[in-house]
Amino acid sequence: MDYSILVGGEAGQGMDTFAHILEKTLKRCGFYVFTHSDYMSRVRGGHNFFYIRFSDKPIYSYSLKVDVVFGLNDESVRLHSPKLKEEGIIIADKEIARDSKIVHLPLMDTARDLKNSRVFTTIGLGAILKYFGLSLKSSEEIIEEEFKEEIATINIKALYAGYEMVNRKYDIETLEDKNILIDGNQAVGLGAIAAGCKFYCGYPMTPSTGVLNFIAAHADEMEIAVDQVEDEVAALNMALGASYAGVRAMTGSSGGGFALMVEALSLAGIIEVPVVLINVQRPGPATGFPTRTEQGDLRFMIHAGHGEFPRMVIALRNPEDAFYQTARAFNLAEKYQIPVLLVSDQYLADCRTTTKPFDFNKIEIERYISGAEAITDKEYKRYKITENGISPRILPGKVPGQVVLIDSDEHDEWGHITESDEIRTKMVDKRMKKLEGLKSEVQEPWIIGDEEPENLIVCWGSTYGAVKEAVDSLREEDVSIGALVFGDIWPFPTERLLKMGKGAKKIIDIEQNATAQLDSLIREEALIKSTEKILKYDGRPFSGDELYARLKEVL
Amino acid sequence: MKYDYKLYEPSWCPGCGNYMIRTALKQALEELELEPHEVVLSSGIGQAAKMPHYIKVNGFNGLHGRALPPAIGIKMANKNLKVIVESGDGDTYGEGGNHFIHTIRRNIDIAHFVHDNQIYGLTKGQASPTTAMGQKTTLQFDGVKVEPLQPLALALTMGAGFVARGFSGDIPHLVEIMKEAINYKGYALVDIFQPCVVWNKVNTFAWYKERIYHLPEDYDYTNKEKAFEKATEFGDKIPIGILYKVEKETYEDKFQFIKNGEPLVDRKLNPMDAEKLMKNFY
Ligand SMILES: Cc1ncc(C[n+]2csc(CCOP(=O)(O)OP(=O)(O)O)c2C)c(N)n1
Ligand code: SF4
Ligand SMILES: [Mg+2]
Repeated sequence: MDYSILVGGEAGQGMDTFAHILEKTLKRCGFYVFTHSDYMSRVRGGHNFFYIRFSDKPIYSYSLKVDVVFGLNDESVRLHSPKLKEEGIIIADKEIARDSKIVHLPLMDTARDLKNSRVFTTIGLGAILKYFGLSLKSSEEIIEEEFKEEIATINIKALYAGYEMVNRKYDIETLEDKNILIDGNQAVGLGAIAAGCKFYCGYPMTPSTGVLNFIAAHADEMEIAVDQVEDEVAALNMALGASYAGVRAMTGSSGGGFALMVEALSLAGIIEVPVVLINVQRPGPATGFPTRTEQGDLRFMIHAGHGEFPRMVIALRNPEDAFYQTARAFNLAEKYQIPVLLVSDQYLADCRTTTKPFDFNKIEIERYISGAEAITDKEYKRYKITENGISPRILPGKVPGQVVLIDSDEHDEWGHITESDEIRTKMVDKRMKKLEGLKSEVQEPWIIGDEEPENLIVCWGSTYGAVKEAVDSLREEDVSIGALVFGDIWPFPTERLLKMGKGAKKIIDIEQNATAQLDSLIREEALIKSTEKILKYDGRPFSGDELYARLKEVL
Repeated sequence: MKYDYKLYEPSWCPGCGNYMIRTALKQALEELELEPHEVVLSSGIGQAAKMPHYIKVNGFNGLHGRALPPAIGIKMANKNLKVIVESGDGDTYGEGGNHFIHTIRRNIDIAHFVHDNQIYGLTKGQASPTTAMGQKTTLQFDGVKVEPLQPLALALTMGAGFVARGFSGDIPHLVEIMKEAINYKGYALVDIFQPCVVWNKVNTFAWYKERIYHLPEDYDYTNKEKAFEKATEFGDKIPIGILYKVEKETYEDKFQFIKNGEPLVDRKLNPMDAEKLMKNFY
């Protein structure tokens, strides 16, 4: 079984609540769920919609073909009826436009009878659950958990009213609920909190705001200082101050805000203060497409910042990856005293996916902070030249008699401004040395499908899900195909790529950008050229079925 | 002296007002009995901003205009550190103007010493936000065409709880102001006249000396109206001293877990503490 429900309407019509209860209900019924929202950059009106897909087998993407369209207005019926599968239906209020597949229900009238027009989506929910042969039990529980009593009572009445309105079409068996349902931003926030982040600051910017919101929502409980800063320039500078003083600190934004952080990113490079930051990408340039998705900042993340300094760039592939990689980022930042840049995007940020519960036992916190024992000279040298480029880090105020001086100017081992050519060369070498160590930390890309494929896909970050589904479908047709999905982007891992690239007849680069940025990076780092490219930059994410079709064209 | 870096001497020009500010700051720290490791100086870039290299305490010599945000991060992370911000007028009121405004709003416990030479020193004599209208500079050949920023009045408007002005040529007076500012619980602004002997030929030692006067003994520094009057008195007579001082709750104290707990830097970290948040996702 594999079904999809699409709900569409104007912002402010209660779709968010509907989608939330429905997806949670499906999860509690034990299904795998994948919710993708398509929303506009406005608070009222416009046209927004959700795809809610569920199955008894793991799913990794949304699907363009749906079983039910729940149309909250004429426009949504018109726009989405072409997406219906052969046997699909449209559920809509009886006042809404004619369509051969429409099942008209007295949603508004019933809501009015219940004396609350807002519950008409809940009536629809009852009808949809009945259509799929599911009971109302889970939805009732969720409504009782999340709404105030009065509102809960009326919504439950609405649910039952809807249930009576349609006939059962399917009879689905429920399974055991073993998963959590989480989006990419929440997973990043949870990873940061698990890793002991004690300072998070940011300035709201879609689609990164979810990370800030999540951490802020748990700040008091988890004792984390959260600051809504005056601008993103302040954000990274402030996070660096907090980290210098010794707490784990993080900031995040989307491309425009990250652009404002760039000078301070370079600062992090020279002062060697660890910091974690995330860019939840949206399509640029400039304000671009605020609520849409793209992978246009790969090169930007690798190169941002004037001057040369080591950094690590990690792309996040799904919520589970986002959780563990965020926690890992804090360890790497502190081990190497560098900025670690996480890259997500609107699609990953906003999609909610059923995921195996995170294992907090797997998270290790490694701080690499020294005390008095690390001071071998009389006066502490913050930038002591060492074999691996990493100087022992003590914290200001923690070792009586010693001070910690850091400097954005080129500096000597003590952190004092220098003009010396000799020291300059040594300091550049010292900093760049850390890149050598980092290379040994780098994780190879995930492999999907064949390990010795004739057709090799290369991709990165959030396209993982769609690529996984497309590859799985093609392999069922006996196509020799495999994919490498890059997570660690910089330093760039080449081992698997070189191995699998050698035997492949076709190398297909799949990215959500116009300039095939990963492809060019691969050419640079591994001297391998792709033979085909599948690029998309309309602001909408690839779905598995869409990618399957586009791969068919090039295979 | 314990605040001296051996073998490391300032690169300031002979006769620069920055030397006296350094002397005053060392004396203030000494009299407050603060140990070098208990203090952090955060600065930006400019002549004034080199201070962390010339006084041996912890130092965060960051980016031009960005001395305040790291200071805030430092204080939030470790409330036990004495955090002092030291930077130029260009750094603070120009490049870092937005941080200046919003740091006042936060009222976080830091002392902010602005070396106001009414000019850009390091970059060789361009106008700063406090250069007088009409003054000729190395860039504004025919005179500055914009109004000068009034830092003290601006700070008062934004609700700063401690607003003062000092003069590098009056060290004993400056030491007292610095001590008060460092001890003040909250954001304390001290704008310090600091003659630049190379690039500002208008606002010289003599120019300041002729104009400045100490606020009278009986001056009521809790009177905001009076403070405004004094903050905008900038002509033949310019008052120095503490113009305004009242008690206000600090930013960090509004975080109960910071106010009542150990500094954040001393917290034990355990991933399992976060596991309870998973309940939101079932
Ligand atoms: C982003 C950036 N812009 C410009 C500069 C160049 N710059 C360095 S110091 C300075 C102005 C210094 O003036 P002020 O802050 O008043 O300090 P002073 O040298 O007078 O003490 C400028 C423009 C810089 N370092 N960084
Ligand atoms: S240029 Fe002016 S501010 Fe800079 S050191 Fe010389 S006198 Fe002082
Ligand atoms: Mg100046």
